[in-house]
Amino acid sequence: MLEVIVQISLLCISIAMVGLIYRVIKGPTIPDRIVALDAIGINLVAVIALVSILLKTNAFLEIILLIGILAFIGTVAFSKYLEKGVIIERDRDH
Amino acid sequence: MSLLHLAIVSPLLFAIFIPFFYKYFRQIHTGWFLLPLPILLFSYFISYLPETKANGAVSRTLSWIPSFGINFTARVDGLGLLFALLITGIGSLVVLYSIYYLSKEKEKLNTFYVYLLLFMGAMLGVVLSDNLIVMYAFWELTSFSSFLLIGYWYHREKSRYGAQKSMMITVLGGLAMLGGIILLYLMTGTFSISEIVPMASEIMEKPYFVPALLCFLLGAFTKSAQFPFHIWLPDAMEAPTPVSAYLHSATMVKAGIYLVARMSPVFAESGIWLWLVASFGIVTLFWGSFSAVKQTDLKGILAFSTISQLGLIMSLLGLGAAALHYDTVEDSFYTIATTAAVFHLINHATFKGSLFMVVGIVDHETGTRDIRKLGGLMSFMPITFTLALIGAFSMAGLPPFNGFLSKEMFFTGMVRILEVDIFNLDTWGILFPVLAWIASVFTFIYSMVLVFKTFTGKFQPEKLDKKPHEAPFGMLISPIILASLVIIIGFFPNILSSTIIAPALGVIMPGLVFDVHISFWHGFTPELFMTLGVIAFGVLLYTTLDKWRQIYDLFPEKLALNRFYDGGIEGMQTFSSNLTRTYMNGFIRTYLVYIFTFFILLLGTTLVWKNAFKLSTNDLSSIGFYEVLLALIIAAASISILFAKSRLTSIILLGAVGYTVALFFVLFRAPDLALTQLVIETVSVSLFLLCFYHLPKLKRDEERIRFKAVNLAVSIGVGAIVTLIALSAHSNKLFDSIASYYIENTYKEAAGKNMVNVILVDFRGFDTMFEICVLGIAALGIFAMIKLRLARRNEG
Repeated sequence: MLEVIVQISLLCISIAMVGLIYRVIKGPTIPDRIVALDAIGINLVAVIALVSILLKTNAFLEIILLIGILAFIGTVAFSKYLEKGVIIERDRDH
Repeated sequence: MSLLHLAIVSPLLFAIFIPFFYKYFRQIHTGWFLLPLPILLFSYFISYLPETKANGAVSRTLSWIPSFGINFTARVDGLGLLFALLITGIGSLVVLYSIYYLSKEKEKLNTFYVYLLLFMGAMLGVVLSDNLIVMYAFWELTSFSSFLLIGYWYHREKSRYGAQKSMMITVLGGLAMLGGIILLYLMTGTFSISEIVPMASEIMEKPYFVPALLCFLLGAFTKSAQFPFHIWLPDAMEAPTPVSAYLHSATMVKAGIYLVARMSPVFAESGIWLWLVASFGIVTLFWGSFSAVKQTDLKGILAFSTISQLGLIMSLLGLGAAALHYDTVEDSFYTIATTAAVFHLINHATFKGSLFMVVGIVDHETGTRDIRKLGGLMSFMPITFTLALIGAFSMAGLPPFNGFLSKEMFFTGMVRILEVDIFNLDTWGILFPVLAWIASVFTFIYSMVLVFKTFTGKFQPEKLDKKPHEAPFGMLISPIILASLVIIIGFFPNILSSTIIAPALGVIMPGLVFDVHISFWHGFTPELFMTLGVIAFGVLLYTTLDKWRQIYDLFPEKLALNRFYDGGIEGMQTFSSNLTRTYMNGFIRTYLVYIFTFFILLLGTTLVWKNAFKLSTNDLSSIGFYEVLLALIIAAASISILFAKSRLTSIILLGAVGYTVALFFVLFRAPDLALTQLVIETVSVSLFLLCFYHLPKLKRDEERIRFKAVNLAVSIGVGAIVTLIALSAHSNKLFDSIASYYIENTYKEAAGKNMVNVILVDFRGFDTMFEICVLGIAALGIFAMIKLRLARRNEG
């Protein structure tokens, strides 16, 4: 029973991801793509969690955490890049 | 190391001390220190005469590389001794001459004598080595020291040109000879000439026989300036005159003759050898004497005359090979050609050496060598004139000098060849005496030009830089000795016949019995009339020289061999630089196309040729829905990268690909990989963004990637090949995986439950260590690039 639900959930998330990928490819603006990428990251969390259930293992739990962190860092980095043009600002010279 | 070895390398060893003598005894001419050495060597080699006369050879071996059969075996036999005596004898005279010729104030004598000693030692090594590889080593040393000596006045452009040209041509031949040596080694299994000679008849059957023969002949022809490789010799006349006298008349150019004589027992039974050696020799003889007449430089005349005389000796050696086919001892007159060759070899060394020295004296005392400026020197330089006369008359083949005897024997050999009925000699052989006779007429003419244009006629003091006068006595000693030899050998030729010539012949044609007797008077033979004809026609043509000289203008400059050489060198340079420019165009994309194209071609043809493609579906696991989905995602993202309009899109799509790969890792149960992949992907995407920002503004090109059919084909090809190879590799699994060992032993042996990590740090920790090194180097590299660049910018 659980397995079927997990399968169905995976299917749904996959469809969601395909939609997000479409958005990444299509655009039309950069922020669209970045938001889509961020959402893909979160969807990945879900996918990995579900796969872990399917595979009956807890080896992938670190990855879930990691994706959470990276998705955040990545999105912030992209956003800062769009905002300021640089990711890491130098110390002001004066 | 025996005394014989010491004698051979003594010039090389002595060369080390020359700079000290030069530096610490400046007031004494360095040549005086050197002079005793060749004299000592000459007398040492004289002491071998009785032993070689008894038809024996003295052989001493010094191990060098015994495991390869390369030993410094010094072997003194008749032929080697003849050359060794020439080298040391004329060497002594040339050193003596050079002491007076080269000024100790103006010239750098230390380099000159070091080069000369190098050459002398190398030449002794060539003629006295029994081991072919050792002989080759010395052979190249002669080329090398000759290069140094020709370029002695290196500040002159022509010296450098001549040195380079002679180097190119002689080294070409030397390398060919090395090839021949190796082929001989393959056939016989030894480098020792004395061991190869008895195998001569077996070698003839082997497939490498003809290539080896050709290689050796190429070596001999280039060294001995045979047509068409003679072109380096006239340009080598830029060397100081003692060098020309020594190297380019008496010794080095005879190394090729020596090689032909030395290898005759091995190759001479073949008709190819006979024809090639004889015909190249006769053509060289003709062309050299023909070209010598048009020269206006005295050394130019002598250079071409050397070429032609070498051709004479070479053709005699070639025709002498016919004797091997008639092994009846009574009928030994076929051997006369070889006898003449050896005899003329000695004669040529004597008269040509003295002529070069005479020309050097004329140059030294008048400041020019141009016969158009010279004339009427007879009364100023009577001794020099006498010497020139003796030398030139001997060269022209007039009695009573030694040249007459060898020229007579030469004609005998050439006429007798008509009686030989092998190798089509009875039909085409008629060319030999005819060409020989014509060449002799030209020889007569240029010999007369040499003497009479220089020493008789009108004296033209206004064209000369110096007031001419007789040379100092010291300068005259050497040519006087040589000229006396010319006369002595001319009157008493038999002092040489049994002591030197017969043992040398025994080496060139083993198994034949020689009773050499050189007689002055043959009776009224055809040869005598030929000589008379030469003299008559020669006198006639010499007196009318100005009338027919124009025929030399008929020959177009374009067909000159020098033009061909220069054009060839230049053409090769431009051709290779053009060729390089066509494919080395500096674009990395082009080089990538080459790399990938060859990748496709090599792997593809191997797949097809070996029939290696195999597809088996036995071992495949079933395909799940998620794999398909992820594959579709990754494919969509990858393809979209190609069509992305902006770079930023590409980077984001690349990130998407990376994350999907991480997802694959999850799906295929590789948590560590997935972790690392995610972090690394994030970092690299940020790095890409960093690079993206730093792209220069002007050229920021946001257009789409342009379509190129070649690139498309190449990329599809690479993808297809890799896919095919992956498929067939998977279908061809031969062994089981060794993974079971790790599964069983991860905890038991290494106390870890994470198998990936245990492999990384325990089972195969070495790889990890060097991966860490790679990361360290990369970090340091990036740091250095950024910091050093900034430092440079701050400086500027």
